[in-house]
Formats: sequence, structure tokens, C-alpha cells
Amino acid sequence: MSLLNHPSDPKVKETATVNQNKAIMKQNGSESSIDKEQVTRMKNKRLDLSYSQLKWETIFRRLLMIMSIILLVLVVGILITLIWQSMPSIKALGIKFLWGKIWDPVQNIYGAYPFLIGTLLTSFTALIISIPFSYAVAIYLGEYNTKGWLSDLLKNTIELIAAVPSIIYGFWGLFVLVPIIRTFEAKIGVAPYGIGIFTSSLILAVMIIPYAASLGTSLIRMVPSPLKEGAYALGATRFEVIRSVILPFTRTGLFAGVLLSLGRALGETMAVTMLIGNTSAVANSLKAVFFGPGNTMASVIANEFTEADHTVYLSALIELGLVLFFVTVVINLIGKRIITKFTNN
Amino acid sequence: MRVIKSLQLAIVAIASICITLSASAQDNTLLGAGSTFVYPLFSKVFAEYGKTHDVKVNYQSIGSGGGILQLTNKTVDFGGSDAPLNTEQAKKIGVPVLHIPMASGAVVATYNVPGLTTGLDLTGPVLADIYLGKITTWNDAKIAALNKGTKLPDMPIVVIHRSDGSGTSYIWTDYLSKVSEEWAKKVGKAGAVNWPAGLGGKGNEGVAGLVKQTPGAIGYNELAYAIQNKMTYADIQNKAGKFITPTLASTTASSNVELPANAEVSLTNTDNPKGYPITSFTWALIYKEQKYSDRSAAKAKMLLDLMWYNIHGGQKNCEPLNYAPLSKSALKVAEKILKSATYDGKAIL
Repeated sequence: MSLLNHPSDPKVKETATVNQNKAIMKQNGSESSIDKEQVTRMKNKRLDLSYSQLKWETIFRRLLMIMSIILLVLVVGILITLIWQSMPSIKALGIKFLWGKIWDPVQNIYGAYPFLIGTLLTSFTALIISIPFSYAVAIYLGEYNTKGWLSDLLKNTIELIAAVPSIIYGFWGLFVLVPIIRTFEAKIGVAPYGIGIFTSSLILAVMIIPYAASLGTSLIRMVPSPLKEGAYALGATRFEVIRSVILPFTRTGLFAGVLLSLGRALGETMAVTMLIGNTSAVANSLKAVFFGPGNTMASVIANEFTEADHTVYLSALIELGLVLFFVTVVINLIGKRIITKFTNN
Repeated sequence: MRVIKSLQLAIVAIASICITLSASAQDNTLLGAGSTFVYPLFSKVFAEYGKTHDVKVNYQSIGSGGGILQLTNKTVDFGGSDAPLNTEQAKKIGVPVLHIPMASGAVVATYNVPGLTTGLDLTGPVLADIYLGKITTWNDAKIAALNKGTKLPDMPIVVIHRSDGSGTSYIWTDYLSKVSEEWAKKVGKAGAVNWPAGLGGKGNEGVAGLVKQTPGAIGYNELAYAIQNKMTYADIQNKAGKFITPTLASTTASSNVELPANAEVSLTNTDNPKGYPITSFTWALIYKEQKYSDRSAAKAKMLLDLMWYNIHGGQKNCEPLNYAPLSKSALKVAEKILKSATYDGKAIL
């Protein structure tokens, strides 16, 4: 926490110690060279080398540390900027920004509730849809088909899913997925818009599969074979080995992969913006909430930021970013708690 | 050490390049930013102007709001906007800003009704009721009364609007506010509003995509976009009671009316009986007093000459690009506005 409060202090100390070290090294170096001159140079080549090596070690360590601290400063900086920039909106709207249901730039009334719900709903629906696929892929590639061209092909294809730009998913969704969903919606008797929360959750699910899947595959491949062989020796079938040896062994890692997917789903903007319907009205029935149009925090920001033409409006959008930041942090913290709990058991 | 020295050299080199670049940029380059709507026209006009004059114009189409912000921060020589400055923006700038009409554009009601390819007639109040969510089916009595002899399907209307803040939405809501009291009271006019009904699509292409795909959809697009993408759009009744097909000519006609001297005027619901009612100017914004920061008189003259060319010689590029050229009365007003620009208190043109 002290790092958070005084990011400059440790740096100052760092440079001070570096200088000290340098000074000591110089002294040592000069003394030895005065005493024995050439002899030393010939005999203690190894010693000189170790001095420079030592110096390099210190520099390298400091470098790593500075890099990490820069990242920390960056995140804290983002947080401070978000808070700072959203002050006008916080002052004007107060805490009721969080549960206000109306988003009206004309009247200057802003409420984040519809977008908060939209974000959580799409992300968790996507997660629930994606988990069976990512786990299945992870188990298949990690245990059943670990080598050979098919395995490589599958693994590369799944990694490719993550590399496709999200706007491509958006267009694919708009032109391929939406008509299919529309027919489906007409059959089950909801307004056949085709776009909405459900459609964007589907696209999101596809987009986040690779994160949990490829992490899961690597982890399952790393399960020590003595463990598995032990289970086989006891007469376990392959399914039993997976269920009672591999899954318990990799549980934490698999969950971490899921968390990674969730993080991606929460912040995904472009594809969702194209498919969610972008309406800030809160639907009144459960069916309409799920299949109807909605909006997420990220897509509201993407949509309205460039043309936000007065101070409170702009600031309310930034405050949405702040809320999204906190939602991500809270979900990550909960995830970490769950992981540590599993690991301790 | 060698690495550090070469790094230092590199930094110095890069810095000096930057400095020389920015120095040269000040000589004959004009910077502009703003409206995406007017971008194709501007890039064509500026390119032609550059052939005969030693002027380079760098226009960034970042959106009207962004352009106004850049003008406020004095990082550009001119802004491009589809809406006049609002009170807060004007207050922030603090000094008079000239709004010079560059061209006009229309916003059309695009629709996708199976079996109905042309000739849908609508009025402003009906459009407002559709967008308020009060008229929900295509065979509603109010629509049927306007389209006698046309068979309208019993199909729910899917209302599509822009989800991003945009000048197009501003023109649309500005028109609806003028023709419907309920709209003005409940929703109002702005680049982004709290839409009472419907789905949002991002950008012209988002709205067009949804309209084209969804049977029973109605949306709004810029006329140029609708023409290029061969969309069907409705004739709208104007103030004089005539149903007008949106064309470049009827768009130009809408601005051929008595205009205020500062041209900061909304053209929607025009008085001209030949005019299409949902139109707007797109403006270039410049400071009235051109001596600010450390601008030279030559640069101010260069900017004003460019603007003068835009409203005269540049106008021939409008029609091929589906912009409506300025009408006679608009041109007269624009000339007067340009002549009112000053450098250190003295007229430039």
C-alpha cells in the first residue's frame, strides 16, 4: 500500500543504492589495479568478469523492478484519471448514478443501471455458454489427442479464434447469426429483432472460448503422468481418471482460465455494440430482458464518447468507465478468493 | 555506453526531425477537424484547391463534437460541424465564432416493408408517433390514411435509430421536435437522446444494415448514404403540405429561404414549398477574430481564401458526391459572413 501512496519514494531509494553500489565497485576496481597491475589483470580475469557480471545482475534486477513499478503506476494513474475526470458527474448526480434507470443526455440525467445489468448479463451468459466448450476442448486436446496433425490443427484454430478482430465477429454476427436468431425468436414468440442480449452473449461466448481452452489444455498436459498411471493401475477408466485425478489437479488453473475469459467478456466493445441493440430502456419481462435489446457500459462509451458535447455528459461517460473498472476489479478479487480457497483445500 | 550514446543521437535526430516538420507544417498547411459527414466533400475540394494553390489542408474527420473541441483548444484552423455550437460550447470558446455554410444534406426515412418498394408517404407527426412508439404496426389507420391505394401489411414496426452521437440524429430529432410537441417535451433534440423506442445501430452503416435486414423496419440515414446503397426511403410532407421526395434539388431548395445573417439556423421544416423538410447545413467554423495565439495575417488570409473557394468554385463537387449545393440565399449569407472575419480588427477579404 505504501507503494500506492508514494510511488516516487522507492524509486529515489533505488537510484541511491545503485549509485552506492557503483561507487563501491569503482573503489575496489581501482585499488586492485594500483596494487598488482598487469599480474592481476592476467590472473584475475575471472574476478573482473564477476564484477561486471555482478553489476549486470544488479542492473537487470532493478530493470525488472522498474518495469513492474511502471505498470503499477500506470494502473493507479488510470484510476486517478478516471476519478478525476468523472468528478463533475459525481458532483452533479451523486451516488444515485449507480441505480438510476434513465440515461437522457438532453435533460442531463444519467443512470448506469441499465448498462450495468447489460454488461453483467451478457458476460455471465456468454461465460455459461462457453464453459462446456472450453472445458471439452481442453480435456480433448490435453488428454485424448495430445499429438499429431489433428491436435495441432485444432489447437491452432482455437488460438486463431482469439486473434480475429472483434469487428469481424460483429459483422459475422450481424449478417449470419442475426437472421438465424430472428427466425428462432419468431418461433418462441418474442419480438423478432434478431439482435439483443442473447445474440451478443452468443458472439461473446465464441470470442472467449480460446482463453479458457488453451490455458486448460496446457495445464491438463502438465498433469504428472505418475499420478495418472497410479490411477490406471488401480483399475480406473479414462473417464474416471479425468474426473478424479486430472480435474481436481487442474481445478485452480481451469478456473483462472474462466476468469480470464470473463475479463475479456466484460470489456468487449465492438462486436457487442454491433449486436446488442443499444437501447437504454429497461425491459419489463424476463423474456424481453434476455432476448430483447440492451446495452453495455463499454458500448455506451464507444457509441457516445466522440459526440458528448457538454461537460456533465462527457464526465458521466467517464464515470461509466470508472464503474466498469470497479466491476472488473471486484470480479477479479472474488475470483482470486475462490482460487486461493480451492488451492488450500 | 555506446548503446546509450547512439540512443541519445537517435533521440536528438528524431527531435530535430519533429521540429523541422512542425516548422514546415506552419508554412502552407491549414488544419481542420470535425464532421465526418462533410469529409468526402472536403477532401475532394481541398485536393482540387491544392492543385492550383500552394496550400495543403489536413482535415481530420473525428466527428463534429471533436472538431468543436479542437477549435476551442485552438489546435486547428477551422472546425467542421453538422450542428451549430450549443450554449455550453459557445461559452467555453468565449469569443465569436463564424458559422459558414459549406453544403447541405438531407436525412431520409429509410424503410423495409415487404412488397413496398417505393412511394411511401409520411408526415412529420406520424414519424414522431412512430419514433415515440405510439404507432406500432404498418397498417395503422394514420399511415393508411396517408397512403390510400397502397396495401400495407399487418406487421409490427421495428424502429431503428443511431446508437452513436451524431449530427444525423441531431437533424432528425430537431425535425421531430418541431413537428411534435410531445417529442419536444419528452425527448428533445440532440446528437444523442433517450430514445423511447427501438433498436440502435452504430453509424450510418449500422442503421442501414438493421433496416435492410429486419422486415418491418424504419430508420433514418443521410440522403447520400441512402442513394449510394440503393435504399428505399419515404416522401415526407413539408410545411406547405406537399409530399416531397428527398433529392439534392429539394434539399437545396429547403435552404432557399430568408436566412438569418449568422446562418446559425436549423433548416428543418422549411417554409419553401419545394423544399424537403429534414435538411441541414453543414458548417465550417472559424474564429471571427483571426488574430489569436501567434497566427500571421498571411495564414488568416489563406484560410479565408480557402473558405471563399469552398462556397464558390468548390460547390461544383457537391452533386457528384451527393451533397446538396448551397442555395442562392445561402451563398449570399455565407459571403457576408466571410467578409465579416477580421484580423486585428481589420477585414480580411
